[in-house]
Amino acid sequence: MDRQLILASTLCFLVAVAHTLATLRDGVFRPRRFNFVAIALGFLLQCAFLSVRGHALGRCPITNLFEVFVFLAWSLGLIYLLVGPAYRLSLMGAFTAPLVLLIQGFALLAPIDIPHAASVRPNPWLEFHASMSMIAYGAFALACVAGVMYLVQERQLKSHQLHSIFYHLPPLTNLFAAITRLLWLGFALYTAGLVSGFFTGGPLPRVKMICAFGVWVFYGAILQGRYFHRVAPRRIATLCILAFSAAVSVLWAINFVAQTRPT
Amino acid sequence: MNIFCVGISHHTATVETRERYAGACPEQEWRSVLGCAEVLVLTTCNRVEVYGSAERSIATEEIVRFLQKCDPAEVGSDDPFYRYDGEACARHLFRVVAGLDSMVIGETEILGQVKKAYAAARESGNAGWLLHRLFQRAFRVAKQVRSSTDITRGAVSVGSVAVDLAVKIFGDLRERRVLVLGAGETSERTARSLCSRGVSDIRVSNRSHDRAQTLAEAVGGRAVPFENWTTQCREVDILISSTAAEEPLLTRSLLAPMMRDRADRPLFIIDIAVPRDVAPEVNELEGVYLYDIDSLQSIAEQSRAMRRQQVTAAETIIDEHVSELGARLGRGSDALPITPLDERAIRASQS
Repeated sequence: MDRQLILASTLCFLVAVAHTLATLRDGVFRPRRFNFVAIALGFLLQCAFLSVRGHALGRCPITNLFEVFVFLAWSLGLIYLLVGPAYRLSLMGAFTAPLVLLIQGFALLAPIDIPHAASVRPNPWLEFHASMSMIAYGAFALACVAGVMYLVQERQLKSHQLHSIFYHLPPLTNLFAAITRLLWLGFALYTAGLVSGFFTGGPLPRVKMICAFGVWVFYGAILQGRYFHRVAPRRIATLCILAFSAAVSVLWAINFVAQTRPT
Repeated sequence: MNIFCVGISHHTATVETRERYAGACPEQEWRSVLGCAEVLVLTTCNRVEVYGSAERSIATEEIVRFLQKCDPAEVGSDDPFYRYDGEACARHLFRVVAGLDSMVIGETEILGQVKKAYAAARESGNAGWLLHRLFQRAFRVAKQVRSSTDITRGAVSVGSVAVDLAVKIFGDLRERRVLVLGAGETSERTARSLCSRGVSDIRVSNRSHDRAQTLAEAVGGRAVPFENWTTQCREVDILISSTAAEEPLLTRSLLAPMMRDRADRPLFIIDIAVPRDVAPEVNELEGVYLYDIDSLQSIAEQSRAMRRQQVTAAETIIDEHVSELGARLGRGSDALPITPLDERAIRASQS
């Protein structure tokens, strides 16, 4: 029954994406409140799923890969709804919805919603660690979205080919400021999640730790390059996309390994 | 009640002809002498139009004669006036306020001019319920056309294209520094356009320092010696270049070291010189956005083409409003009393 909530939520994001594609096909990109409403509705359905599954499990629902991906998509929606209005409301949604659709679509189609073999005892530190990390992933995902928007805008300015979307995208400087803030937010949350991992009380798997630190170092290096003005904005935007792709792959690998070889 | 519009515009008459009718007679006389129930005279640089309503049908000749009476000197008897009645009048007004009838399609200045004329007619009591309905609807149409189509999108002159691009790169222009290299007329126009968007730090450099000083005074900037332009180039965000140099002044090898020191500060270069002052390879550098006169003109043309494409969509919106208004006006004035909401709308349009 709770999977149907995610199915309905995915349909909301699909509608938002289809709407954007339809307007693009007409040759006139016109962000509207429609996208925002569709995403907000999808987000509410995600909340309902997490609530139902959380009550059933008696803990934060991040016990298998399916739940992890849904939680990640929820974090993305949450950060977008908090940050999006500060920039171009519907426009960022137009870039966010496909990413959420991809994550949830994969979660629904792949056979990854396998109940955890042993019932996991509630552990507040573990739940704090996992949820902080997931929300940090949401911020990184949105930084990735802003990075894509930056590259689209930059490409048009460099090539002198201005399409309808050019007039709706925020200025390069504003997009770069958004990327920087999202990176700092994500990095702070991720650091909190990482540190809290040491207090969970259980044994710390080496591979998981190395991967988590690898992601932390990657984002730390990007921020350092940004802080010391050593890396050009276009490269920062590209690195945000690469870093998020790497982080999601690592997340998937960690959970896959944890499920197939439980320790 | 008959509603009509009689006028001349840039489509039908030369500027000399339009000038003759620009000083139209007081609206009050239209009512007392011609017998109009309501009247509004719209005079802009591109058109002179009379919108009115009357119990009887007033012939175009009568209206034109009345216009001639106001300024009988040098009036041509066969000046090309057009006339629209009823729904055609509404359609014409909607096209005018939406910028479809303008010289530059989609321009928005006309809306302000129509609002001003309407406010004056309301204040003098010459616009009653019918013109109120018509013009309020026209303002709604203009708003809808602007928000639902791309008819006002994109700049259509070189100066405004440059400003649009600068805004898309930097956002707020108030803190941006501009260097004008060469004191030509086009660079002055472009610098003025940037000033209108809040740029206050403008430096002008020219081989003739006197000319640099004159332009700097004209745009509220300061003149800098031509020998120092490369030093200035390191500091500025926008470079407008229009010198008469035969060879490019700014090359990739000259700019690359400067850009290394400003990794996260983009440089927007507007090269309006012919032959070009800036080598095209400069655009390949990270953070550099180079536009020459051809690319600026090409963007302006793209915008004009985009606006032309949007005309059909705008006409569809206008058709819907004309049909709806026609149906409502068909029910007469009793069906359309002026409500307090309308009064507020009138006051808002007047303010």
